[in-house]
Amino acid sequence: MHIMYFTERPYRDVPEDEVIKNRSFFGVPNTFYDAQVGARLYNEYLDEDVYAEEVGFDAIMLNEHHGNPFCMGAVMNVEAAILARITKKARIVLLGNPLPVVKNPVRLAEELAEIDLISKGRLVPGWVRGAGSEQIFNQANPAYNREYFNEAHDLVIACWTKPGPFRWEGKHFNFRYVNPWALPYQKPRPPIWIPGVISAETVVWCAQHKYPYIGLGTALQSTVELWSLYQKTAADEGYVAGSENFGYLQQIHLADTEEEAQEQGRAALFGGGAANFSRPEHTLPPGYNSKEATRRLARQATDYGFLGITSEKLKEQREDVGSSKEKSDTRERLRKGQVSIEEAKRKIYANYQKAQDGLQIIIGTPKTVIPKLKLILEVLHPGVLGLFQAQGPLTTQQRMNSIRLMGQEVLPAVREIAKGLGIRDPFEREPGSRPYTHGTSYEAIVDLEALKRAPKRDESVRV
Amino acid sequence: MAEWTEEITHVAGTDLAIIKGGTGKPLLILHEELGHPGWLSYHQALAKDRTLIIPIQPGFGKSPRVEIIRNFHELGLFYSWVLRDLDLAPIDVIGFSTGGWTAAEMAVANAKQFRKMVLVAPPGIKAPEGDIMDVFAVTIGTQLNATVYNADATPEFRKLYGGERTPEQFEAFEDARTETARIAWDPILHNPSLPYFLQGVKGLPTQLVWGKNDAVVPVSACGAYQTALKNTDVKASVFDDCGHRPEIEKPEAFLKLIREFLA
Repeated sequence: MHIMYFTERPYRDVPEDEVIKNRSFFGVPNTFYDAQVGARLYNEYLDEDVYAEEVGFDAIMLNEHHGNPFCMGAVMNVEAAILARITKKARIVLLGNPLPVVKNPVRLAEELAEIDLISKGRLVPGWVRGAGSEQIFNQANPAYNREYFNEAHDLVIACWTKPGPFRWEGKHFNFRYVNPWALPYQKPRPPIWIPGVISAETVVWCAQHKYPYIGLGTALQSTVELWSLYQKTAADEGYVAGSENFGYLQQIHLADTEEEAQEQGRAALFGGGAANFSRPEHTLPPGYNSKEATRRLARQATDYGFLGITSEKLKEQREDVGSSKEKSDTRERLRKGQVSIEEAKRKIYANYQKAQDGLQIIIGTPKTVIPKLKLILEVLHPGVLGLFQAQGPLTTQQRMNSIRLMGQEVLPAVREIAKGLGIRDPFEREPGSRPYTHGTSYEAIVDLEALKRAPKRDESVRV
Repeated sequence: MAEWTEEITHVAGTDLAIIKGGTGKPLLILHEELGHPGWLSYHQALAKDRTLIIPIQPGFGKSPRVEIIRNFHELGLFYSWVLRDLDLAPIDVIGFSTGGWTAAEMAVANAKQFRKMVLVAPPGIKAPEGDIMDVFAVTIGTQLNATVYNADATPEFRKLYGGERTPEQFEAFEDARTETARIAWDPILHNPSLPYFLQGVKGLPTQLVWGKNDAVVPVSACGAYQTALKNTDVKASVFDDCGHRPEIEKPEAFLKLIREFLA
């Protein structure tokens, strides 16, 4: 079992009222940004990563978002480069570089190669399409999101594996002289993992490329469906996908006593959490989703993605025409001044217990947290587990203590559970290395019996 | 008898849905960024003595996307080819919003393919004062609401957009927004070279129509078009208490103006 430490590196001093007034983290004016705070936090987060390695994590996971106090990692590769030098053995897992917003994939290939070289082969790059707001922020045409993703991906791989110099003339990228003088330390290239939320297209693409798929806190029921789809696609591609092909990220916070944990853990809902990552119009810019995905979302009652990509938001997109129409949604009513900030806050925090019941967040002491993680492992059998430090205005000391408890008590227990379940990680068994013979059966990665024991997530609760 | 028909024609290298209705001399109508809004009262009125020809832009409705078209200039070249294939030139044209921008690009390519040209609040030129609304960074609802100055005083707006949309309607809007984003995301709904090339348009009587309170394309862009079209006969009419859709916000005055201009 490969266990990663992850934090969004939130800008924790953003006024919550501003987030709520703005109805999302994205779009809070940067006049609220204090460079003194930024300087302190970037350094603290690097210290956290070093400490996470010390207490036993196998990897540090980073991510990237733009223009958003929810996540300070606007240029993740800078942080990764520093970690390459200041950590010793932990893998540096980037989930992921938002390919469609990268204007120069050759430079990205160079940056990542340098990180892999400085770390002496500890880099695990990954790719994402970027949240909708990333397309807005970076002037990246959302209607070409999938095409940019595919072509930038192919170009980065070519930079790493095709002897230069060569010319690249694609639909979106043209380079007359590709010959990077920094090539990855790992041969033929670093392993690649892909995080995902609810896109079936991404799951199929991962399976076709034998890239491990890391579910970002997706509801267990839909995760089970997506991972089964991965396994089926893998079989079609002629290999057996096992635990080495899957990972799962879980938001979590630990404290010494249950009471302290419960008090501190409320921070995870700060500002409405990931559900308030961005407003509907920034979450789903035109063309960002495929026609099929839009059709699916338009017809589904509920669904949930990690960064608040919901059918509800799509519904909001299509409903607010005309000045007199009554709206029941808090976000809309807040916009119209029918709901006060205080009331919106009350509504957010009223969901605290439900969010825990549905495993959107796991809060507690090692004693209460471990059984919940055990259940997730029993249902999904992920080879990679990411522990996502809770968001919100926790103190530095509370965060470090949570990391300490993870390392001292949770990690050893989780490793033991994983061993008992026969879970192998991508470094113990190469993803895609087991051939599949058509017509034979393969072992399902998910355990539907265990799923019956899992609590049903209340999809109206957004964290 | 139905007032209009929709047929798929193979033209300019692709299938193209074309709506036709009315009798008399052909009149080309290029629809706006949210697609053909349906057969409205102004269509009905104009169809009394003109045959309306309304091509559905590639990527909208039943017209498949033409991947090679990457911007409005190329869309203008495409429609010029359509007119040649259908042997329609020279023809009168009315272009609404992005349809107006398309017509302007066509005039740049060949002014002689039009007899007279009406541009209704087109983007395409960066507004000297105020910004063209970033329709891609707002919800469809916000975009629709912004198109009219006073929704309550615009019965046809209510009829079209007042209710909750079905998934099918939503998808049609989403397809339209996607295609417009694809070809006009950057620069934001304009072509920096258009004002320069519009100076080359000669001998094409042009009528600009704008709402003074247009929240989508600021009325300052009207002046910019007028300046750019200085080498041809150009007139501008700006309606008070009117937004981006004079055709449904000021239907009577709009029709009077169009009829007189096209006479």
